[in-house]
Amino acid sequence: MTLIKKSAAELGALIASGEASAVEVAQAHLERVRAVDGQVHAFLHVDDEAVLAQARRVDERRAGGEELGPLAGVPIAHKDVFTTTDMPTTAGSKILEGWRPPYDATVTARLRKAGLVILGKTNMDEFAMGSSTENSAYGVTRNPWDLSRVPGGSSGGSSAAVAAYQAPLSTGTDTGGSIRQPAAVTGIVGTKPTYGGSSRYGIIAFASSLDTPGPFARNVLDAALLHEAFSGHDVMDSTSIDRAVPPVVEAARRADVNGLRVGVVKEFAGEGYQAGVLNRFNETVELLESLGAKVVEVGCPSFAYALPAYYLIAPSEASSNLARFDAMRYGLRVADDGTRSAEEIMALTRAQGFGPEVKRRIMLGTYALSSGYYDAYYGKAQQVRTLIARDFDNAFEQVDVLVSPTTPTTAFPIGERADDPMAMYLADLCTIPSNLTGNAAISVPCGLADEDGLPVGLQIMAPVLGDDRVYRVGAAVEKALEDRWGGPLLAKAPELAEAAK
Amino acid sequence: MSAITRDEVAHLARLSRLALGEDELDHLAAQLDQIISAVARVQEVTAEEIPPTSHALPLTNVYRADEVRPSLTPEQALAGAPAAEEQRFRVPRILDEEA
Repeated sequence: MTLIKKSAAELGALIASGEASAVEVAQAHLERVRAVDGQVHAFLHVDDEAVLAQARRVDERRAGGEELGPLAGVPIAHKDVFTTTDMPTTAGSKILEGWRPPYDATVTARLRKAGLVILGKTNMDEFAMGSSTENSAYGVTRNPWDLSRVPGGSSGGSSAAVAAYQAPLSTGTDTGGSIRQPAAVTGIVGTKPTYGGSSRYGIIAFASSLDTPGPFARNVLDAALLHEAFSGHDVMDSTSIDRAVPPVVEAARRADVNGLRVGVVKEFAGEGYQAGVLNRFNETVELLESLGAKVVEVGCPSFAYALPAYYLIAPSEASSNLARFDAMRYGLRVADDGTRSAEEIMALTRAQGFGPEVKRRIMLGTYALSSGYYDAYYGKAQQVRTLIARDFDNAFEQVDVLVSPTTPTTAFPIGERADDPMAMYLADLCTIPSNLTGNAAISVPCGLADEDGLPVGLQIMAPVLGDDRVYRVGAAVEKALEDRWGGPLLAKAPELAEAAK
Repeated sequence: MSAITRDEVAHLARLSRLALGEDELDHLAAQLDQIISAVARVQEVTAEEIPPTSHALPLTNVYRADEVRPSLTPEQALAGAPAAEEQRFRVPRILDEEA
């Protein structure tokens, strides 16, 4: 098998044993990026020389006798929302075009320390606002399963890069589903860790009470290895949890559900759900039962209000966070002809530098926080957040994990929902509750929908700091399904045509 | 009845420091009306005694020692500035001329 099809764990082992060098592994992936990214457009920035220099350093560290972790030398695609001192960081926005941050995000710094080789920065919906990556100011990313469809979003460059074998691993951030939803629609694994389990320092803020960095990979164990590599307490993030990282790698290796209580969220079915998605989901629930799990149905009545609450809370926080883009200290400044005031230049710059979805959300948040509307909108949304937390508490008294489809439908065609915000927002229907309460959740592939042959994701949710449970159940499902399929789901994806060298 | 008027949308744009054109305001007014009507569903939660949740985790204030530590150099801090002068951010006038 070629290097690009290997798992991160396998690549790490090959590099550790000396059978392959980090440079060879990096070269193989750079070649793949050159061959297919013209079609997929997962990356916004790749600098071959800088990648090879990182890989050489890992080989030197190893040669110098340094003890390195299991992912040392493994390439990773990094979402363009994480600051990187040696690469531009744009968050998919024109307002940050060409910006070179003066510091590394904590996640970036930890990737470097663990010896991961950052291949480049991946495309995303502008400021992580979207579910399709169509809101990027730098063009759309295409789903490797069907190039006419979206790769999900906002971390769509990261999901596409992993699904297209351009990298075995990638990073994302999940504010309302921006890791789990793209993972589901590209047939890979994506985790939203417990809020506060991974540091927000150096991610360009969207909604600070929800933003959570997490991993993408082609299998559950690889996702767990990456999760472990960048998670844990960070003094630079005051909402970071000062506790041990849950034993996610051990849980992924354990991969059993015997005796575990699994709750099916009753509300996440019915109207608006694609038949093929529900079929694969129901079969997977039966599979869990056959593996020894005790399955019950659980009612979470307030989940019906999660989507409207989210679209008040997230834009409110965004309208405040994005006030920093003021054309004064960094980023774009337009129309500074010596006659205009700072305020005029600010408003002209923001109008030119932000895309339509970002403007919609800033204005929606400004509205929800305005005096006279605050109690009726933001205040009520915060009450809904309490009710959703109570639903989860009640559910987790009865069961160890909750399951649902990750998304109501498979990947939709590019353009279909681009100017229909409410239709776009429905893509995150099942993922949003876990963001509002901060609990851990994962999406693992569970088959292809009959109608369109596109991937379906199973979402597994666990309580706060129950990250190990989602990996344990996810790995058990993965093992059983791969036995049935005779290999990973991604092996069923069509081969991408490689551009001539 | 619409949830938000065109005038209110223009006012929101001013509050948001977004210099939007007339076409953009028309387009946004229709979309915001649709979105606000949809998210207004949260008002069905009428019980007054439900406490608000602003944050996923019950955190209290987090303090750090008040110690000097390395930070950005002036050059680093100014590296992305649209305009800089004498180790400062150079900004357009912030007051009206009469002021």
